[in-house]
Amino acid sequence: MNETALKELLYKIADDQLILGHRNSEWTGFGPLLEEDIAFSSMAQDKVGQSYALYQMLQTLSEKDPDTVAFMRNSDQFHNSILVELPNGEYDFSLIRHFLYDTAEAIRFEMLSESSYQPLADISKKIRAELRYHTLHANTWVKQLGSATEESISRLQRSLDLAMPYALGMFEESPYEKELISSKIFGGEKELKDRWVKKVETIIAQTQLNLPDWKTLQPVTGGRAGKHSEYLQPLLDEMSEVFKIDPTAEW
Amino acid sequence: MYGGGNTFEGIKTDSIAQEDPIRLAEFEARIERGEKIEPTDWMPALYRKQLIRMIEQHAHSEIIGALPEGTWITRAPGFKRKISLMAKVQDEVGHGQLLYSAAETLGKTREEMIDDLISGKSKYSNIFNYPAFTWADSCFISWLVDAGAIVNQLANAKGSYGPYCRALDRICAEESFHLKYGHHCVIYLATGTQKQRDMFQEAINRWWKPMMHFFGPSDKISAHTEVLMRWKVKMSSNDDMRNQFLDMYVPKIWELGFTIPDENLKKNTETGRWEYTEPDWEEFKRVINGDGPCNKERLEVRRIAEERGRWVRQALKKAQTQYTVPLA
Repeated sequence: MNETALKELLYKIADDQLILGHRNSEWTGFGPLLEEDIAFSSMAQDKVGQSYALYQMLQTLSEKDPDTVAFMRNSDQFHNSILVELPNGEYDFSLIRHFLYDTAEAIRFEMLSESSYQPLADISKKIRAELRYHTLHANTWVKQLGSATEESISRLQRSLDLAMPYALGMFEESPYEKELISSKIFGGEKELKDRWVKKVETIIAQTQLNLPDWKTLQPVTGGRAGKHSEYLQPLLDEMSEVFKIDPTAEW
Repeated sequence: MYGGGNTFEGIKTDSIAQEDPIRLAEFEARIERGEKIEPTDWMPALYRKQLIRMIEQHAHSEIIGALPEGTWITRAPGFKRKISLMAKVQDEVGHGQLLYSAAETLGKTREEMIDDLISGKSKYSNIFNYPAFTWADSCFISWLVDAGAIVNQLANAKGSYGPYCRALDRICAEESFHLKYGHHCVIYLATGTQKQRDMFQEAINRWWKPMMHFFGPSDKISAHTEVLMRWKVKMSSNDDMRNQFLDMYVPKIWELGFTIPDENLKKNTETGRWEYTEPDWEEFKRVINGDGPCNKERLEVRRIAEERGRWVRQALKKAQTQYTVPLA
């Protein structure tokens, strides 16, 4: 087994979950209705919890402990896609991002539940079960708001157009793509993306929204290699503000 | 959290004289027997009005209270605290949802209540008009403000209105976890580095005054609430609740080696009651009426959230949608 390839895979997934979990938690107290505050908080707890589990797995592969890994790295050491670090914006953007992201993650963890690396396969089965509710939530809301009022449809359309190039950035390939596939650790970003496109098309077809032309879209990449937007470092500074008062202290 | 410190303003009892005396006597006899009043039961207009006011205030306190603590979710130090605080503040928003539903059974919609919150017409717990500057402030809230709220809510859970009591039973069960979480955070600060200890001492110094205000004005100057006590709307006097809180938590604070910024604070061993410097009730009134450090900010945040979310709520409505009172 190529351990470097495995670690790179675990880091990018864990970082995605942590950063989007953090963003989701920013809705607490600000949602368009109380029920959505609560829903986004549940998803935030799941995602941050999942990232914690994956960082623990990395620790068994001789990486540092989860708190140090999450709270002490700078943005150029993070491997998340740029999609998840973008600010929440209005509810329409948060919803569309949640839909595009969780549709991919549900498939990713389904693929990973067949991983040849047994600890990853085991945890993926558990995560997959949790994500079922995230995709159920996203699909319900996208279908509702994507076919309701003129304003809701135009808002969702605008956010869909804005988010899509970043969403394609989720599938930026790792330098170890071939090893991951040949060692059956992960089926690869290409397969994931193809399945994701089909799923996204199925849901959007049930709304009055239009998908952009896949052929002309330029993915926004770089996140997997530590090249991020200007939004990630301030998020990390905020996240670690208390932790860094004294990293050796117990809080 | 976050109920408590209900502001029982002076009430006009004139309307009671206009109630049907036979029904009123039956109603009072039911309460006397310890029965619960349910939404479709007959009740005096004043009872309905006071309950709406109280439950609504409690609901507002939950969602406004989520703001000072909520700002620490994104800064909580370490995974354990981050996940726990998310869950805790989520509970508080959930309590708001539950309480708005309980109040709705009395005939006021959630939208009307939130409009009254934003316009300043209805109040929320005064303590959330103070800022949470540091992580230690958020720990103070989780431990001690929640502790104060539990004192208040356990009393109110024995009240007479069924839907409110049932909501409070659920809320109190969740609150007991919040209290454990808050206490755990404080123990880590208390047994940590000097910097951590100083942080919590400063939080106590900042929050003690609003904490003493939390249970509402002293009984000596409170509005007369005999009828509300008889109807089991108000279950305990402000001073009794304050005393119970001091009895339970002052020793715990001292035990951790912290000081409380009131040199007159001590338990009178003869009366069994706590003595303390009389809180500044003029400041309490000023803050609750809008002139506190954070009133404007808190309501502004709520107003913006409501406005930004309006299109979502409209998109959920269908032409044939009718208002439905929630199940009690």
